[in-house]
Amino acid sequence: MSKAFISVEGLTRRFPEPSGKAELTVFEDLWFGVEEGEFACVIGHSGCGKSTILNILAGLDAPTAGHIIAAGKHVQGPSLDRAVIFQGHALMPWLSALGNVELAVSSRHPGWSRAQIRAHAMKYLALVHLDGSELKKPAQLSGGMRQRVGIARALAIEPRMLLMDEPFSALDALTRGSLQDEVIAIRNATRQTVFMITHDVDEALLLADKILLMTNGPKAWVAEIVANTLPKERTRAELHKQPNYYPLRNHLIDFLVTRSRALALDPEARPSNRNPPVIRPTAAPPHAATSHHPQSAGQAPAPHLASARIAATQAAG
Amino acid sequence: MRIGLTLRAGLVSLLLFGLFVGAWHIGTAGTGPAVKMDPEYAKLMGATATQGKSAMPGPAEVGARIWQHLKDPFYDRGTNDKGLGIQLAYSIARVLAGYLIAVAVAIPIGFLIGMSPLMSRALDPFIQILKPISPLAWMPLALYTIRDSGISAIFVIFICSVWPMLINTAFGVASVRREWLNVAKTLEMSPGRTAWRVILPAAAPTILTGMRISIGIAWLVIVAAEMLVGGTGIGYFVWNEWNNLSITNVITAILFIGVVGMALDQLMARLQHMVAYAD
Ligand SMILES: Nc1ncnc2c1ncn2[C@@H]1O[C@H](COP(=O)(O)OP(=O)(O)OP(=O)(O)O)[C@@H](O)[C@H]1O
Ligand SMILES: [Mg+2]
Repeated sequence: MSKAFISVEGLTRRFPEPSGKAELTVFEDLWFGVEEGEFACVIGHSGCGKSTILNILAGLDAPTAGHIIAAGKHVQGPSLDRAVIFQGHALMPWLSALGNVELAVSSRHPGWSRAQIRAHAMKYLALVHLDGSELKKPAQLSGGMRQRVGIARALAIEPRMLLMDEPFSALDALTRGSLQDEVIAIRNATRQTVFMITHDVDEALLLADKILLMTNGPKAWVAEIVANTLPKERTRAELHKQPNYYPLRNHLIDFLVTRSRALALDPEARPSNRNPPVIRPTAAPPHAATSHHPQSAGQAPAPHLASARIAATQAAG
Repeated sequence: MRIGLTLRAGLVSLLLFGLFVGAWHIGTAGTGPAVKMDPEYAKLMGATATQGKSAMPGPAEVGARIWQHLKDPFYDRGTNDKGLGIQLAYSIARVLAGYLIAVAVAIPIGFLIGMSPLMSRALDPFIQILKPISPLAWMPLALYTIRDSGISAIFVIFICSVWPMLINTAFGVASVRREWLNVAKTLEMSPGRTAWRVILPAAAPTILTGMRISIGIAWLVIVAAEMLVGGTGIGYFVWNEWNNLSITNVITAILFIGVVGMALDQLMARLQHMVAYAD
């Protein structure tokens, strides 16, 4: 089994508690991988350490133990290969939309001429349908438009992978929907590897190839990886009409509502093996939801997904 | 009919100005009986006192003097008789020299303090002690060590304008939003590029606020400093005209000091507006 494109290996992060010597262990000994071209979502309750993982992956934070290998390189700091889309858009308010994207482009290509940088930035602003508003400052843009600039800025540096921390959670449902459509379109065009945090089960089902379920913190772990068994070509409008939609959704909701907490409270719950089990909820009877039917996933079967051992009892929830 | 607020405010301003000038005129026009006084003192005080007229010039007199100065601002008839324009130019040059040196010192050090918690702590006691010292208290020391009254005045301007800029720069730099710095990091920007493209524009409004406070203080202090060091400048002019008992010139100079101070402040306000951003 070859190493995944993003390989998280024994990742541990502890924070010193402000009161006294005790340490807060956010998570301990995490192992999981994301394949090249794969769209992975992380779901878990607030405070379980999702942003902490993403920040370590981005190189903005360092793990207490363990490491991440991304695109064959040990993650030891931020890199232009790993673009981050922040929850708050994090645009520079003194620069126009174009200026924000240009800042990123000129960081990626220091040798380019102004005209080259501008043309490249405009191309990505057009990709998120912001040509025409490129001279507006972030304060003059709507929340959705700001997030689009953030996406354009991230894509414009042509990163190997895209890291998104709840990119749409601050937006209203309609805007969120149109941005999700845009992410789908962009990804279909680029096959970008994406690691995304979300609180929204439907968003995960719409966008992700696989969904990492994290237990509640502290000492959170990835309890299981849910392979998205919906057809590859899926739209927001058709999502809930898919036969596998409700089994998937119920599985995720059930995890968030009861199991994430129950697992965190049960000291025996964490299995000793490193790789989280892969679950494939389908409309078929429970015994079908195993790796014996990888084609039922409707996904490009990544090698480590197919080879992962799956406990059928866990699949049944 | 509704009249615009600006227009109404302007009318009220005019009315107040008229009332003030009127009161001033009435207050200084009185020709009371001549006061009996020591002839020596009477000679010193000049005709105004001996003839029972108020020593305070009236608005017409001051107006005529202002006009006279405006017509010929740059005449030079020796050390003690130079045009107001020349005197103001000396003062402005000193203020700008001291102020620009202060900018060159305060902004880099402010960056250092704002970016390094260590330097922030290490320099804090010095700043806390030096900041409340009246800039004029430095004057004797400056005169003794520098041995040049003009440069000493510049030094005093430097020392009084450095603190607001230093403190505001440090504060502005320290409070640059973390997410902007994270963006710079993920874009692999060098520290220099981050300082220039992210921290400086982010902190610019705070820095400019400090610079605006500084120029105001510098203009306040230059008058006092020039009264002490003498020779040239608007402060020296005021003091010299007081010694000449020319209250008319003193009042004229006061007005010009106000106008120049306002112009400097408006200039900084313009710059402040240029770097402001809506968040
Ligand atoms: N710099 C820090 N110092 C101390 N504790 C921290 C720090 N950053 C995060 N934590 C703690 O680590 C835990 C996980 O935080 P994290 O931000 O990763 O959660 P999250 O899963 O992203 O939550 P949310 O869904 O609310 O964004 C929290 O208990 C938080 O208090
Ligand atoms: Mg978070």
